Amino acid sequence: MDNTIVATHDIHAEEHHHAALPQHRHHFETAEQQREAGTFGMWLFLLTEIMFFGGLFFAYLLYRNWYNPAFVAGSNQLSIPLGTANTAILITSGFFMALGVWAAEVRKRGLLVIFLLLTNLFGLIFLGIKGVEYTEKFEKHHVPGASFDISEFVNPPLNPKTHKPIEEPLSPDMAQKTQVFFSLYFAMTGMHALHMVIGIVLLTWLTVRAYRGDFSSGYVAPIENFGLYWHFVDIVWIFLFPLLYLINRHPGT
Amino acid sequence: MSTTSSTIVNLPDQRTATIPKKNYINAEDGLLSWLLTGDHKRIAMLYLISITFFFFIGGIFAGLIRLELLTPQPDLVASDTYNKLFSMHGIIMVFLFLVPSVPATVGNFLMPIMIGAKDLAFPKINLLSWYLYVVGGIMTLAALVLGGVDTGWTFTTPLSTHYVNTHVVTAGLAIFVAGFSSIFTGLNFIVTIHRMRAPGMTWFRMPLFVWSNYAASIMMVLGTPVLAITLVLVVLERTIHIGVFDPSLGGDPLLFQHLFWFYSHPAVYIMILPGMGVISEIISTFSRKRVFGYTAVAFSSVAIAVFGFFVWEHHMFIMGVSNYSALVFSLLTMLVAVPSAIKVFNWSFTLQKGSITFETPMLYAFAFIGLFTIGGLTGVFLAALGMDIHLTETYFIVAHFHYVMVGGMLMAFLGGVHFWWPKMTGRMYPESISKLSAVTSFIGFNLTFMPQFILGYLGMPRRYHAYPAEYQVLNVLSTAGATVLGIGFLMPLIYLTWSLKYGAIAGNNPWQATGLEWQIQSPPLTENFIETPVIDYEAYDYEWLAKKTEQEVTTVG
Repeated sequence: MDNTIVATHDIHAEEHHHAALPQHRHHFETAEQQREAGTFGMWLFLLTEIMFFGGLFFAYLLYRNWYNPAFVAGSNQLSIPLGTANTAILITSGFFMALGVWAAEVRKRGLLVIFLLLTNLFGLIFLGIKGVEYTEKFEKHHVPGASFDISEFVNPPLNPKTHKPIEEPLSPDMAQKTQVFFSLYFAMTGMHALHMVIGIVLLTWLTVRAYRGDFSSGYVAPIENFGLYWHFVDIVWIFLFPLLYLINRHPGT
Repeated sequence: MSTTSSTIVNLPDQRTATIPKKNYINAEDGLLSWLLTGDHKRIAMLYLISITFFFFIGGIFAGLIRLELLTPQPDLVASDTYNKLFSMHGIIMVFLFLVPSVPATVGNFLMPIMIGAKDLAFPKINLLSWYLYVVGGIMTLAALVLGGVDTGWTFTTPLSTHYVNTHVVTAGLAIFVAGFSSIFTGLNFIVTIHRMRAPGMTWFRMPLFVWSNYAASIMMVLGTPVLAITLVLVVLERTIHIGVFDPSLGGDPLLFQHLFWFYSHPAVYIMILPGMGVISEIISTFSRKRVFGYTAVAFSSVAIAVFGFFVWEHHMFIMGVSNYSALVFSLLTMLVAVPSAIKVFNWSFTLQKGSITFETPMLYAFAFIGLFTIGGLTGVFLAALGMDIHLTETYFIVAHFHYVMVGGMLMAFLGGVHFWWPKMTGRMYPESISKLSAVTSFIGFNLTFMPQFILGYLGMPRRYHAYPAEYQVLNVLSTAGATVLGIGFLMPLIYLTWSLKYGAIAGNNPWQATGLEWQIQSPPLTENFIETPVIDYEAYDYEWLAKKTEQEVTTVG
C-alpha cells in the first residue's frame, strides 16, 4: 500500500504548470524558485571565495605590520601607471558585463554578444598588462626563489640630480623580507589572475551560447550568475590595488 | 498500534510488504546511468561505496600502527614508514572518511526528502562533488603508492615545506580537490534548505538532522576555502619557494598553524554535527517521543557552528602564542562544551518516560552518547591551559579525539546507516547479528582507547614507533581492543552487503517513525514524492502518526 502523504492536498489542477522554459529543471517547483536558488548558490560560492582570498589578505596584513620598511620598498617597485590603467580596464570590463546582463534581460541577442566580447577583451588586456608587470619582475630578479636579488633594496640606485639614493636603503636583514612582499604579491595577484583566466574561459563558452541564442528567451540565470562572479573578481582587485600599489609609498620623500 | 514487544518491526503491513516495482535503484540500468546520474539518492550510494573503501584503507593503516605498538621495540616497520602510516591514516580518515561521512551519504540521501524536495538544488554540482572526491581520493592513493607522506595529517610547516622529501605536493593537492567536494556539498545543502522546503515545512518543523547538517554546511562553506588557500601556499612554497611560511625568508610557521586550524578546528564540528543530527532522529524514533527541547537542540547546532570558529588557537597553546590570547581561547573552548552538553542532556530527557526499544541504531546512539560525553569532557580538560601543557602531544590527545571522532561520529554514521538502511535499500539488515556488531564495536572501542588516556597521562608521546617497556601492558590492551574493533566494523560490511539480496523486505516505515522520508515508499522513487507534500504537523509528532495510521487502517478495511 502506498501511504504517500497528503491525500488532502489538491494540486492536480495546476500540476505541470512548469515547462515555461526548456531550461527549467524538474526538481524545482517554479522557474522563479530555480532562479532564486541559482543566485543564492552563486552568492554562497562567492562567500567561499572571500574566505579563500581572506587567508591571503590576513597573511599580507600580518607581514606588512612586521616588515613595514620592506613592504614599503617592495611596493615602490610596482608601477602605479600600469596598476591604475589595469584598475580602469577591469572596471570597464565590469561595466560591459553589467550591460551584458541588461542586454540578456531585455532579450537583445546581438547586444549581449557584443557586450560579452568587450568584457572578455578588456579582461584579456588586463592579463596582458599583468604579464608585462610580471616580466619586469623576472628581469629585475624580484621573483621569490633562489635567484631573488636584494641588492636594489640594500643599495638603491642614486638620483642623477641630487646624487642621493632615491630610496631609504634597507639593512640586508630587512631587505631579505622584501621576498615576503613579492611572495605575497605573486600569490595574491596570481590567484586573482587565475580567477580571471577561469572567468575568461567561462565567458567564451557563454558568448558562444549567447550567439546561439540560448539567453534570448528570458533564461538569463547563467549570465547573471557569471556577472556576479566577474564583479567579485573585480572587487578583489579593487582591494589588491591599494594594498599592494598605493598605501604608504615613499614615506619621508 | 502493537508496539508492545521488544522490537517494533512487526506491524501488519511489514509481512505483506513488497519491494516497489518502480524505484530509484531500478529506474535506469547500466553503470553509466549511475556514473552520470543527477539523483541525490544515487549519488549518496556512490559516496557510500567510495567512503567505505577509504575507511577500510585508513583502517588497515590503523591496524598496522597498533601492530607496531604491540611491542616496545621498533620491530615491525622502520621509523619513517611508521611516520607515513600515521600520516596516511590521518589524512584518509579525516578528509576522505569523516568529513564526507554522514553529510555526503545519508545526508545526501535524506536531506531533500526530509524537507519535501525532489532533489538537491544543484544535482550536477552534487555529482561534480562526488567526482572531485574521487579525484582527491585517487590523488591520495597516488601519493601513497609513490611513497607516502610523513608530515602527519596537519602538513605542519616548515617540516612539510623544507625538511621532508615525501609526496607533500600530491597529497596537499589531493586534499585541496577533496576540499572543493565538501564545499560544494555544503553549498548545495544550504541552498536546498533555504529554497526548496515543501509548503508548510517551516524552519522549526524541520527534523533536527536537517538543522545539524545546515550548521555543518555553514562551516564547510566558510572554513574549507581557508584550508584550500593554506594548502596552495604550502604547495607554492615547496615548488617555487615563495616565502610565506618559511622562517629563513622571514615567514612565520605559526601563521600556517593559524590558517590550518582555522579550518581544521571547525572541521571537527563538520565531522560531529551531522552525527548529532542522526542521534536526534534515532533517539526520538525509538523513544516514541518528540526530542526534548527541540528548539534548544536546533539552536545548539548553530551555536556550535558559531563558537567552533573561535577556538582554533587551542591547538597551539604550546607553540608560543601569547598568554593572553591563550587565556581567551581557553575560555572560548570551554564555552563550546555548553551547546554540546545541551544536546546530551536533551537526548537524555527525551529518553525519560519514553517507550524505549533497543534496535541496533538505538544501541549505536547509546554508544554515541556515552563515548561522545567522555570525548567531550576530556576536551574540557585539554582546554584548561595548565592541563593542556601536560597532556598535549601525548596519547591523551589521541584518545580524546578518537572518542569524539570514532566513538562519536563513526558510531553515529553506523547508527544512521542501519537506521536508514531499510529506506535506502528497501531491505532490513539482520537484527541480531547487527546488535552483536554494535556491542562488539563498543567493547572494542573502549578497550582500544581507554588505555590510551592512561598512557597519555603517564606521558607516552604520540607519533613514536617505540616506547619504554613499562607502557607495554596498556599498549597490548589497546592493540587487542583494536582487533575487536576491527571485527566490529567488518561485520556490518559483510551482513549489510548480504542483506542487499537476502534481507527481509522492509516496507515503507519499519520503525513507525514520523519523518517525511518514512511516509514514502522504500526504496523511494527517483522524484521522491508523487505529489509535493504539504506539512501541517510538527517534527516528531507521534500523535499525528498514530492518527494517520488509524485512518489508513479504516480506509483499507
